[in-house]
Amino acid sequence: MTSTTPRPSGGLPVRLLLIVLAATLLDALASLQIARASLGWLPVPASTAAPYVDQLFQLEVGIGAFIFLGCSGFVLWAVLFNRAEKYDESDGLPIEGNTKLEITWTLIPFVIVMVLAYQAIHVSETLSALGPKAKYDLEGGSNPVSVEQLDPIRNYGPIQVISRQWNWEFIYPNGVRSSELHLPIDQRANFQLSSEDVIHGFYVPAFRLKQDIIPGSVISYSITPTREGRYRLRDSQFSGAYFSQNQTDVVVQSQEAFAAWLEQAARNPLVPGLSPATQLYQDRLSKGDKGWATVKPAPPPLVNDPGIPDAPHEA
Amino acid sequence: MTSTNYDPRVLKALHPVPGAPDNWKRFFTFNTDAKVIGIQYIALALFFLLVGGLLAMVMRGELITPPADLVDPTVYNGLYTMHGTVMLFLFLFPILNGFNNLLIPTMIGAPDMAFPKVNAAAFWIVPVFGVVLLASFFVPGGPASAGWWSYPPVSIQNPLGHFINGEFLWILAVALSGVSSIMGAVNFVTTIIRMRAPGMGFFRMPVFVWTAWAAQTLQLIGLPALTGGAIMLLFDLSFGTSFFRPEGGGDPVLYQHFFWFYSHPAVYVMVLPVFGIFSELITVYSRKPLFGYKFVALASFVITFLGLIVWVHHMFYSGTPQWMRNIFIVTTMLIAVPTGVKVFAWLGTLWGGKIRLTTPMLFVLGGLVNFILGGITGIMLGTAPVDIHVGNTYFVVAHFHYVIFNTIGFGIFAGIYHWFPKFTGRMYYEGLGKVHFLLTFIGATLNWLPLHWAGLYGMPRRVASYDPEFAIWNVVASIGAFMVGVAAIPFILNIVSSWARGAKAPPNPWNAIGLEWLLPSPPPAENFEDDVPTVISAPYGYGLGQPLVEDEEYYVRRALEA
Repeated sequence: MTSTTPRPSGGLPVRLLLIVLAATLLDALASLQIARASLGWLPVPASTAAPYVDQLFQLEVGIGAFIFLGCSGFVLWAVLFNRAEKYDESDGLPIEGNTKLEITWTLIPFVIVMVLAYQAIHVSETLSALGPKAKYDLEGGSNPVSVEQLDPIRNYGPIQVISRQWNWEFIYPNGVRSSELHLPIDQRANFQLSSEDVIHGFYVPAFRLKQDIIPGSVISYSITPTREGRYRLRDSQFSGAYFSQNQTDVVVQSQEAFAAWLEQAARNPLVPGLSPATQLYQDRLSKGDKGWATVKPAPPPLVNDPGIPDAPHEA
Repeated sequence: MTSTNYDPRVLKALHPVPGAPDNWKRFFTFNTDAKVIGIQYIALALFFLLVGGLLAMVMRGELITPPADLVDPTVYNGLYTMHGTVMLFLFLFPILNGFNNLLIPTMIGAPDMAFPKVNAAAFWIVPVFGVVLLASFFVPGGPASAGWWSYPPVSIQNPLGHFINGEFLWILAVALSGVSSIMGAVNFVTTIIRMRAPGMGFFRMPVFVWTAWAAQTLQLIGLPALTGGAIMLLFDLSFGTSFFRPEGGGDPVLYQHFFWFYSHPAVYVMVLPVFGIFSELITVYSRKPLFGYKFVALASFVITFLGLIVWVHHMFYSGTPQWMRNIFIVTTMLIAVPTGVKVFAWLGTLWGGKIRLTTPMLFVLGGLVNFILGGITGIMLGTAPVDIHVGNTYFVVAHFHYVIFNTIGFGIFAGIYHWFPKFTGRMYYEGLGKVHFLLTFIGATLNWLPLHWAGLYGMPRRVASYDPEFAIWNVVASIGAFMVGVAAIPFILNIVSSWARGAKAPPNPWNAIGLEWLLPSPPPAENFEDDVPTVISAPYGYGLGQPLVEDEEYYVRRALEA
């Protein structure tokens, strides 16, 4: 089966069409399987945003797999069947192009990406996790709370989320402070995100949501958790030496358990909260402060509930 | 020196003379011959590829286990920052400028660049800022360690308070790199517009020249934004201004706009010439004309235009309002269209060809398949809701390494092998080349494919340590990375030994169509000198049986006799 010239004889295009049809079908089936499997590549979905994001992701994986398999299958096919024999110095078919084909493969991708863009905008607007951002004057004595803009459709909050190099602090409306973020299930919780030093990223993979926290601004952000469990909250925007240690957990509880926790925590005395970087920095100092320069970690915040650092998380 | 065969004036000439003794010394001088400068760029860039690669090896060593146990986290941060900076500013940009220097004049039949001295000066800035950047490893406090984005405020924290610090030297190096690139860009664009051979209209230019032109246009438009941003950052760091410092009323997000306005197009600056290399090589090794040449050529400038209006997709999670996200989702999606035109054109060119799987063709096909994957993940990242989940995770790291190494890197290797005989006058060893390809392809796939899943599962990028659930992907990735490192050995061996003692290369070893193949290997200093051929056909006329230039036999004979 060396390269055949499909044009001259009338019988060949039928066979070619059949091959193309069979290949397309095979490609479609394989892509469908890959798209089905793709939901398993993501952490457990635990917020109202997750199903939307996952569906869009799945759609993109499906289309992407179809294109990738189709194109690389074609390359493989060409390499297998259009190879020149060892001493064959001749040229291939001198086809210089085909305007109709060019227009087709400009229009089809255009339609595909516009459908994706429409879907993406639609999902993005449905999620509406991001509220307004308000700047405050760091030096002039104003503080994040003075400029905060609450989410009018929240069920719970606002929870002040304060990020630092390198720890997290959460302050609930009743004044309770914690190192782990506790949330009641199925309630749209509103956060007021602020940073005391550099940019941090508020990222809970199980929620599929991420928002950078900009020093000098307060960002109103809302999430509705839908699944009880313990999930990782990670700093996703590089924030200096102990960036990778700047993680904690989100604990999603039933509304009763959450209320009980809040009540219990209010009675707890304030203790230093979770701050793994503090310990690591102490270790470094005791070993002679080797390594390259870093700012000192901010002292651990005083909280009512320092959390359970070693508890297993689901995602 | 015993050689008396050469006129002493020849030995003092600025350009290398084939066979003359001590030719190599010319590569260490302020030489104005574009071909010498091209090789200078490429050799220096390959040195920095080793430096950047070595940094990556240490990083992958650190990341093979979850805790930060091999190096201190501060050291890891410095390593990843320098890895990115070295690879972009000291490997990729310089090596592509090396290709521009070698290929633009020879492909368009110009004797040299429009501004040879500016050209040489642009090159010599590269080792200068290379030294500045490497020196930053040795200043108190270590090198810059805020990533190659260098986002404030973390980049301007300056813990030790010294005036000369790693970040200071980093900004200086990046600004110098910008100056060098702008000088290069002015030169390349002028040369392409003004110095083409008679008869070479725009639609008779090889696609590499089109893509270089489109890419260098982006440099001219985009670089001033980055350089401006870098200078403001330097002032914030060293002179107490508050362009980006929130304490003084500055806005850190403003920097991100300056940065990405250039640094997103920068990817196109790098990938466009590689699209050019793909177009040149796929035609030669399939023995077919480029499918839809005009579409492919014009698509380069469509990419240039769209490339300038997509930068906010790097900032979907920075607090950008919904309307802004929507606009940049659409523009980002659109860029898939001209890119798709190119990919389909290459596939159309392969169709019914007489494919020869030489080392350069293997790198092209490997790079093409990798690019399709990297392009698809790029589209996924352009849709804001998915980006908000996977942005700043290893999914992005996997995506851009698929583009930057597995596509651009592969294209560069392909180009080096393909034009090696032309500019050194020696043939490379095919066997070693294939070993290099296999190790690189398998290593790169093991390295970056699994990291997509780490990212989807929520592993942030830039971490020195990570949760144990990500370990499996990282172990495979590290093994792959070490393989890519090992692949450097057959490559270096091949280049060094074939340059020293490889078989002499004929003028046109690949039976390729193009002005550069009508020149002797290596071409003389002034290329065609006073005898520039008149171009009478479009490029890539494989199988069409038309000569490319008037009196083609004369030029072929002349090259053989030289």
